[in-house]
Parts: sequence; structure tokens; C-alpha cells
Amino acid sequence: MYRSNVLVCGGTGCTSSNSPAVIEAMKAEIAKQGLEKEVCVVQTGCFGLCANGPVVVVYPEGSFYAGVTVDDVPEIVEEHLLKGRIVKRLLHVDEEADRDVLKSLNETNFYKYQHRVALRNCGVINPENIDEYIAMDGYAALGKVLTEMTQDEVIQVVLDSGIRGRGGAGFPTGLKWKFAKPNQADQKYVACNADEGDPGAFMDRSILEGDPHAVIEAMAIAGYAIGATKGYIYVRAEYPIAIHRLQVALKQAREYGLLGDNIFGTDFCFDLDLRFGAGAFVCGEETSLMTSIEGKRGEPRPRPPFPAVKGLFGKPTVLNNVETYANIPQIILKGADWFASMGNEKSKGTKVFALGGKINNTGLVEIPMGTPLSTIINDIGGGVTNGKKFKAAQTGGPSGGCIPAEHIDVPMDYDHLAEIGTMIGSGGLIVMDEDNCMVDIAKFFLDFTVDESCGKCTPCRVGTRRMYEILEKITSGKGEMEDLDKLEELAEYIKENSLCGLGQTAPNPVLSTLRYFRDEYIAHIVDKKCPAGVCKDLLTFTIDQDKCIGCGMCARNCPADAITRTDYIAPGHKLASFTIDASKCVKCSACIAGCKFNAISKK
Amino acid sequence: MKSLAELQAIRDKARTQLNLREENPDATRIMVGMATCGIAAGARPVLNALVEESAKRNLSNVTISQTGCIGMCQYEPIVEVLVPGKEKVTYVKVTAEKAVRIINDHIVNGQVVTEFTVGSVAK
Repeated sequence: MYRSNVLVCGGTGCTSSNSPAVIEAMKAEIAKQGLEKEVCVVQTGCFGLCANGPVVVVYPEGSFYAGVTVDDVPEIVEEHLLKGRIVKRLLHVDEEADRDVLKSLNETNFYKYQHRVALRNCGVINPENIDEYIAMDGYAALGKVLTEMTQDEVIQVVLDSGIRGRGGAGFPTGLKWKFAKPNQADQKYVACNADEGDPGAFMDRSILEGDPHAVIEAMAIAGYAIGATKGYIYVRAEYPIAIHRLQVALKQAREYGLLGDNIFGTDFCFDLDLRFGAGAFVCGEETSLMTSIEGKRGEPRPRPPFPAVKGLFGKPTVLNNVETYANIPQIILKGADWFASMGNEKSKGTKVFALGGKINNTGLVEIPMGTPLSTIINDIGGGVTNGKKFKAAQTGGPSGGCIPAEHIDVPMDYDHLAEIGTMIGSGGLIVMDEDNCMVDIAKFFLDFTVDESCGKCTPCRVGTRRMYEILEKITSGKGEMEDLDKLEELAEYIKENSLCGLGQTAPNPVLSTLRYFRDEYIAHIVDKKCPAGVCKDLLTFTIDQDKCIGCGMCARNCPADAITRTDYIAPGHKLASFTIDASKCVKCSACIAGCKFNAISKK
Repeated sequence: MKSLAELQAIRDKARTQLNLREENPDATRIMVGMATCGIAAGARPVLNALVEESAKRNLSNVTISQTGCIGMCQYEPIVEVLVPGKEKVTYVKVTAEKAVRIINDHIVNGQVVTEFTVGSVAK
């Protein structure tokens, strides 16, 4: 038995900030101090607070160390693990004053408001050890389903829980299962959509990395419910850690007989295979995803027939998102009422959001549906970076829209977000401050969809490009007022006529920024100005000659030799000031970054 | 996996490790003074004995941790036992053998080992 557990995050975020080296150093140092029989080092999944990685948590104290480097390891081992003195300087705290008032993990603002269901095992168990998952009641739901419940009972529990798809569209999961069950076929399939493509969203990756067995267990439950014996997990090839953990998990589940023939001594047989996506955004769309699993080029096809009738290889198929699956075992074990008690009337349960952009606590947060956006931004997220003003938040990635500051109290659920013209989507939440230009943001997302459009249908292939060109025109100062009408007309047309969800939602970022930030578009068109100072073609860089002390830092930083010394010496200064030649200026902002006297401005 | 009982057996076995990682206000806390004075007086074997004995008896509701200098360096190694809702008990001059008795009598059977407590030694 170990008296202490040292948990080190092995998610993608912390891995890229060198957590594997921290683990190695930790093990070596513990051995050096002769503590290897008392202290166990565990590599876990994501803790969520990716901004402050690598994260190390020491139990039983529950001390949460952030930003741990290899150099910090000897101090943690000697002070904390050997002598029992918590290394206060490394603790994650909301405010410096809290450093002496030792708080446990769950008391910090980042965790206090969270309610972890889908992420419950992430950062708690070792994802590469099936025993730890089983210790957290893993596979008990599968056991219960196979030995005590009929197929219809399982579907009814999922229906009653009110869970809706967490991948974006929000379709009731129980209904999908209910539609798929009565369809007769020699083979049915269960598939998992782990082709997470929205820029900024990474909850599916974290679940697969931190708790892969939850998804495997849920897929087996779905297989039992609809009568499928085979399943596929379609995961992005760009997620090497997630793929590795899935492979380990599948192997362990097979060894324990939790996948394979006659599971729990019943007639139920089920097995899973992995398929890797090559990174096409459209393959996150369900029909494209299934086409891709079949080994063909990932392109959508018209619906109906829906996958529940004709899915993978033309057979009835249930396809759910990773986060949806991660909730299922809990719903079976704790009951539909428990799940439905979280969230609000039409949106039950919790939702994981990937918090990114101009926010202090970048990371993953799981909150009950209907939690106001302001709680996420100000309390959990710790506010906008550098004390700037919150301008808007983009939800749903390139398919969603923005939530402006005036709606900061909006409850985050399917219907309230739809009302204000955006969507939950897969849960990406990108925070923007006053330095972000909304026209530029719309252009960014449209650029993404233009790139990712598969080209099968014309409205999406050509329409999104035309919209992009109009935005390009506006941001370069050549826009006209009728361009706005053209944008709106095109947007409606593309939404109505595109074949799949990619095209049907691609215009959303433009429509929603036009709705809330039309004045910014007009400023670009009429005044030829970018109020946020982002669109380069509309900016001129000038040096305030009276503030310039003539140090020459800007001229040295300028890559285009556009800055030269003038003859003018400002009152009180000793050296002549500088000026920028607008015809040579490439608007890179290097001069502003180097000026210590705030003498350079862009307008 | 052929039966639920088989799953339950794996669960129970793996459970002890995971207990450590949950905040449990009902858990009994055993703290060993592990400052320089404690270590010099032999607190490490005491700590090990406490951990081993708890493991042997499969105690799940107990956390064992170290703490700093308690202040009575002449009585080290010192072990403090905090059972929720009860007064703290301080054992002094603990050895590995005494540690085993503390687990058996106090933690398992609820009988404070009076002869090892600070009160009886300091008299």
C-alpha cells in the first residue's frame, strides 16, 4: 500500500510542456530518497487547467501544483513527500494572498463551480490501468445492463435522462437509439465520433486521453441496446496520445473479457476497432465520417436515409460523440432522474467547454447546463487577460456564432444560445477582448470553412469562397455598403441549400457578427477604419514626435527600413525624433512592441 | 469477465489506491512528525510500519501523512491520530512495534493506547 499518490497530468497540453520528463524525474528522485514503496507516481489524464501545466497533484493532501518543471521535482520530493511540508510557492492559487491559506483543489475558483460527470475520471485515474477505472465503478453499468435490463429498458433510461448529443447538433441520444433498435439487419454498428475538428475544442481528446474505458463501456452498452455486435471509434490521427491510450484500453478490455464473446457470461458479443481520420473537418459530419470508415473519400451524402436506417456499410448504425458516450455509464448507474436533475428544462446534464482565447485560465471546464456565461468567464476563467474588457465569446467554432458582452449573462444551454443566434456546438468557447476585430474573426472562420469544404455541393464550395472574397474586400478598405446585403443574401442561400452541416452552418459566424457588430463592418466600409486595430490595410502607423525621445529602438526593430530620424528635437529631449515612411511600412507592429515610451500608435 | 462477482473483486482490490485521491471528511488521519528531529529520532520506520500495518488490515478509511515539527522534540517520533469528531490523540516516542499496536488497538478497535500517549509519558 502506498501512503501517498503523486498524480502527474499526461494530457496533450501538459505533455507538450514537458510532463513526461517531470514524471521520470519524480520517479528517480523518489527512488533516491528511498520512498518508492510509500509513494506512487501515476500518469493521469487532463486536469483541465491547461494554462498552468504541467500539473502535479499530491494526495492525500490534494495539493495542486501548477507549472512544475524538472528543477522543482527535488524540492517537492524532499519537502512534501519526505517531510510533509507543502511547497507553497508552486501551489495554484487564485490570488497571491491565498498561498498561505492552504486550499484544496475543489475550493479554487477554477474547480469550485464545476460539476464533473463526463470528466469525472480525468485527472483522477491512470487511464492506462483498467483496474483503476473498475475501482471507480467502471464496467459496472455494462454489467448491470447485460444482467438486469432489457434493451428497451436501457433505451428508456437514456431517453428519460434527456441527454442530447454533445457533438454539436444536440439531437436526443435516446431517440437515436430508439430509431436504430427495431431496424432488422444481419449486422448493426455502433460508432463513436472522435473526429474533433472545431478550432479550440479539445474535450473529446481529453476524455479519450483521461478516461478511454468510459467511452468503450458506453459503446458496448449502446451495442447491447440496439443489437449491434461491432463498433468503430473514428479518431483523428493528430491525437497520438488519445490513440495510444485507446489501444491500451481496448487490449486490456479484451484481456478481461469486457469486449469479445459472451460478456459477463451472457449471449452478448461486442468488439471495437479504431479508424483514424486524416484531418478533414468534413469527416466530423456523420455521413462523411461513415463514408470515410468504409474506406472511401470522406464526403457527405443526403439524409434521409438516416444512419439509424442505413449507416455504416449500409447497415443500421448509431453514431454518438465522445462526450455523449462518457455520460452514459453514469446515467445507467445513477439513473435518469439523477442526470435530469442537472441542467435546466430542455438541456439536461452538464457540458464541457474548452475555454480559450483571451482568458486567464485556459482549459477544460464542465458545468451544469444553463450556467451563465459570466460565471465561466469571470469566476472559472479568472477574467479576461491583462485586465482588458470582454467583447465577445465565440461558441460552436466555425459553425457557431458570437455572444456579445450585452448577453454575458445568457444561460449556456442549447435553446438560449440558439435564441441569440449561436449554438453550443461541440463546446469550444473562445474569448475575445477589445483588441479583436469582429470582421477579422468572421473572416478567420470563413477562411477555415473555405479550406475545409469538401467540394461536393456548389453552395458550400463556391458560396463560402464568394463570401470570403467579400470579407477580404471589406477588410482591405474596398468594401461598399451593398456588400453587407450581398453577404446576408449569400449566407441565407448557402444555409438553405448546402448538402451537409458544414455548409449549412458555415455562414453563421458572419451572420452573428453582422447582427451584433454591424457598426464595425460599417466602420470598415464607410470610415475605412478598423476600430480594433487589426486589419492591416486600414491602419497607419505614426510616431508622436513629442513623445519620441529618439532612442532609435523602433528603427532597429523595423524589418523594412521604414523608420528614419528627422531633424526635429522635441522640447526636453536630447535626440531627434523618428518618423515612419508609410509607403515602406509593412504594418508588422514590431516598432510598437519595442517602444518603451508609447510614442507609436496605429489607427 | 464471466460474472459481476468477478468485476466486484477487481474493484475492491483496486479501490484502496483510489481512496487516497478523494476528499473524505470521515477518514481517520494519522500524522507522523517528520521534521529533522522526527527523522533523526527514527520516524521513517514508524511511518513505514503504519503504512504496512494498514495495508495488511486493508484499512480504507485511513490516510497516513507526515507533518512538520510538532514542538516536543524530546518526545519524537510523535504520531498524532485524528478521528473525526473525537479529540486528537498524541503518541510519543513511537517505535515500529508501538506503531503496529496503535493501528490494531486504536484505529481498528477504537481503544486509545493510553500508555504511549504524551500524557502518560510526560508525567
